[in-house]
Amino acid sequence: MANIWSIFKRELAGYFITPVAYVFIVIFLVLTGYLTFQENGFFERGQADLIPFFVGHPLLFLFLVPAVAMRLWAEERKTGTVELMMTLPITPWQAVLGKFLAAWIFTGIALALTFPLVLTVNYLGAPDNGVIFASYLGSFLMAGSYMAIGSCISALTRNQVIAFVLGAVICLVFLLCGNPTFLQFFQWAPDFLVDGVATLSFFGHYEGIVRGVLDVRDLLYFLTVIGFWLFANVVVLDWRKGK
Amino acid sequence: MIEVRNLVKKFGNLTAVADVSFEVEKGEVLGFLGPNGAGKSTTMKMITGFLEPTAGFVKVNGFHVQNQPLQAKRQLGYLPEGAPLYPDMTPRSLLRFIADVRGLKGRHRRERIEKVVALTHLEEVWLQSIDTLSKGFKRRVGLAQAILHDPEILILDEPTDGLDPNQKAEVRQLIREMAQDKVIVLSTHILEEVEAVCSRAMIIDRGRLRFDGEPGELKLRSPQHNAVSLTVRGADQNVAAALQALPHVAQVQPVDRDGLDAQASSFMIFPAEGKPVIHEVSHHARQAQWEVVDLHVEQGRLDDVFRQLTIGEAPGTP
Repeated sequence: MANIWSIFKRELAGYFITPVAYVFIVIFLVLTGYLTFQENGFFERGQADLIPFFVGHPLLFLFLVPAVAMRLWAEERKTGTVELMMTLPITPWQAVLGKFLAAWIFTGIALALTFPLVLTVNYLGAPDNGVIFASYLGSFLMAGSYMAIGSCISALTRNQVIAFVLGAVICLVFLLCGNPTFLQFFQWAPDFLVDGVATLSFFGHYEGIVRGVLDVRDLLYFLTVIGFWLFANVVVLDWRKGK
Repeated sequence: MIEVRNLVKKFGNLTAVADVSFEVEKGEVLGFLGPNGAGKSTTMKMITGFLEPTAGFVKVNGFHVQNQPLQAKRQLGYLPEGAPLYPDMTPRSLLRFIADVRGLKGRHRRERIEKVVALTHLEEVWLQSIDTLSKGFKRRVGLAQAILHDPEILILDEPTDGLDPNQKAEVRQLIREMAQDKVIVLSTHILEEVEAVCSRAMIIDRGRLRFDGEPGELKLRSPQHNAVSLTVRGADQNVAAALQALPHVAQVQPVDRDGLDAQASSFMIFPAEGKPVIHEVSHHARQAQWEVVDLHVEQGRLDDVFRQLTIGEAPGTP
């Protein structure tokens, strides 16, 4: 635990001593604001909820989260600091978790900074704050899933551009795999497989939470995705050691 | 101590390290020599557990690096090649981070940080971000993090690379001071450095050990060892012949030296079986009343031995 904490602290501080954090947070806030008010008609709907805000997140995270995740391991490999870190008395799991948690909490901070929207909607009407809270949780978990995918992909390469593109594409696959157009590719497959692929979709699980249905299975789904990709991340690190 | 047994590392078809075995005991400073790409760094990366060997194993203080990685890594301090450091950190935040991960606490932590900062002279850049530091300072920060927890085993990959002569001397002094109660393995391609700090030298070439012994022994292998260099003015044809006729002289070679005046000529006199022949040469020079400009014994050149051991055996080269 102490090692995870040390790495977590170092990583999180790293975001704020470079412009990375500020650029990311500003862009995130501007884009969420734009999507909420311009594209998704926050005012025009005349309803006191934050659905216009939350429906934009799956697409927004699709390029913002891999942008944070791409440097997690690729940069360390490029600068050689991975050698410094992996020869310290820490396990690969501790390193992976420390880095992932710092990146995840960082996106959590960006997400938390959208709180004026919550204040606004409460001022204008009487929203269901339970749903809003659940939606934040769902959004945060989805960001974590994107981040875990990005972290694993980042460990595969020393090139951040490759890490970003590949990470974003895999996130896109996970996002869209419930989409009917996407499922057409699986026409040859038995139904149970098509259904299985469809249930892997981020979108389906996220939508449920945003509509106000906080199902334990959806939470478990995201946590499983995170766990799986972090496990893959550790496997990649071990594999590169032997390469 | 470090125990390396039948270590092999292959990258695809390339064999970087081919069956290397050795042991290093406390108090030894082992210098790895070898051309670039010889397998020095790869061997060090396997000792520190960063790379996994294709075959063979490494034990540090009895801990198997692959099977007991945490215990093994606690014994080690490591300066990787090029001293990679987190560029946006300061020496202070970096050393504090390393101290945390190394489990240093309270007063001991503070004392150790103060100690290594004093040893590596980091005071003036203490709060400067690392990517603004000069190469020399970066190297010293790398060294500071390696010795922070006062490890019993130090692995230093090119510790003086990029330092100016004064800094080199300082780092060497530091290594000598720490040598007594530690195992130190360092790599370098500066041959004089091996003589200056190492109690033992190893030459690695194309993944194989070519030499393992005291640095002094390397010189013995030089054909120049105990050779006599003689420069005389107004010499004629007979000088070479006369020298060749002396006892214990194996070969006499005329040498072209820059900066000699036109009348002087220079010879290298190689002894048979490395025996000193300076006495015979100087005696004869007096008797023959040569006008001697310079007469000295060659120590043997590490460069030559190095070339001989690492290129000499390559097929197709003379």
